[in-house]
Amino acid sequence: MSEETARDGGFDDWLDAIEEGEGYYFECADGHGGLPPCRVCPACGSTDLEQTDLPASGAVDTFTVVNVAAPQFADDTPYVTAVADFGKVRLTGVLRGMDHDDVEVGTTVGVGVEETETTGERVLAFRPR
Amino acid sequence: MSDVRIAGVGMTHFGAHPERTGRDLFAEAGAAALEDAGVDRDDVEALYYGNFMSELAEHQGHQGPMMAEAVGLQVPATRFESACASSGAALRQAVLDVRSGESDVLLVGGAERMNNLGTAGATEALAIAADDLYEIRSGVTFPGAYALMARAYFDQYGGGKEDLAHVAVKNHDNALPNDHAQFQKAIDVEDALGAPIVADPLGLYDACPFTDGASALVITSEEYAAENDVDADVAITGSGQGGDRLALQNREYLARTPATERAAEEAYADAGIDVGDVELAEVHDCFTIAEVMAIEGLGLYETGEGISAARDGGTTRDGDVPVNLSGGLKAKGHPVGATGASQVSEMTRLLRGDHPRSDAVPDATTGVTHNAGGTVASAVVHVLEVKA
Repeated sequence: MSEETARDGGFDDWLDAIEEGEGYYFECADGHGGLPPCRVCPACGSTDLEQTDLPASGAVDTFTVVNVAAPQFADDTPYVTAVADFGKVRLTGVLRGMDHDDVEVGTTVGVGVEETETTGERVLAFRPR
Repeated sequence: MSDVRIAGVGMTHFGAHPERTGRDLFAEAGAAALEDAGVDRDDVEALYYGNFMSELAEHQGHQGPMMAEAVGLQVPATRFESACASSGAALRQAVLDVRSGESDVLLVGGAERMNNLGTAGATEALAIAADDLYEIRSGVTFPGAYALMARAYFDQYGGGKEDLAHVAVKNHDNALPNDHAQFQKAIDVEDALGAPIVADPLGLYDACPFTDGASALVITSEEYAAENDVDADVAITGSGQGGDRLALQNREYLARTPATERAAEEAYADAGIDVGDVELAEVHDCFTIAEVMAIEGLGLYETGEGISAARDGGTTRDGDVPVNLSGGLKAKGHPVGATGASQVSEMTRLLRGDHPRSDAVPDATTGVTHNAGGTVASAVVHVLEVKA
């Protein structure tokens, strides 16, 4: 990340934490999950939110193999984008480290931060575990 | 509360017109709608205009007054942006304005210029309807987002790519006589299944094209139409809008669209109809799977049963409720900000009897339009009825 680019407060801090293996989300008293920046529970409006550890693994709810990408991912194609269930929250990331034909709904994945092949930008990445 | 009448409609050709500016496109559609309505242009009180990506496509913000100027009106003009539901949302606000008694005659519409960006640029621009931090940065494209929904649908309810192919075949066939349509070309199931995969499981023929185009409507109060002998037998009797979380990952459902369900319930109650009264529908089929989820959200099919509707003939021209007789976004084209008003334009002509597909619904009096934004974080539904 270039020094001239302002960080996205909350989000980039969260990516840093995931990179360190210390991912988290926010949970309200009613058990709703939220992702940063998160001042208010998006489900119920509560401002009483507790930072909670993200589970070490999640399960793929759905995925797609993208062949036609936006310019920022042009050299990454074909790549898998997946939505994975981590309990109170779902995350969307690029799924790497397995043959595209082997990905299934239900595949167990861990989450980390890697770089895109096209621009080297940080990207949320799932790998099977 | 005043009843709302559709006095005039207008559309440009929908297609690849990369050289045409947004202002030129909207001028054509707006002028056509004003001519169709035959109202005194001095009676038009405001412009409600929908557009999604003009900052990216034309380096142009503040399009409201620019578009009023383009059609020769000096009126208050406001742009509405709700991604692909932009002009549906604009129309809804215009309907509420007339109903309140504040206005009697309004110009409503939308325009989009996309093809000047090229495929990569237009793909990038469309993607910003999704969540930048949590979706776009993970490689989600617009087709990719609907592919995620399609996979989840197949997993939860069954069905497959061949069912979706039948949606594409139907909508291409419907567009054949529609001279506004981007594609007047028949395809068959094998063509659709053999097309390149854009984002698995969706192929090229599951996706609407990039389209340049504009649409416009003149709406009036019932009283204005009566007092000025305006021929306006089609009324907007119901309006509803629903919302949902922006990112797919944050939704309760990955293969259902509650925003559509909420918009439809509100619109039907507003019109005093139930879903059994609906005789035809123009729905937001930006992808084939979107039509499936739309007809379920509108209540025309139970959740999980819409997937086979086109294949079984329920939504074809001779089906129980024909869907997208215009060709839909799939074949008519999807100039994003123009789509919502174009659906109402096409529905008006279908009900008036002057659409090339009106002969499929000769006695119909009640139609529904459904316009959705993003992965249906926004949905707008209108009920149109023929009134004497």
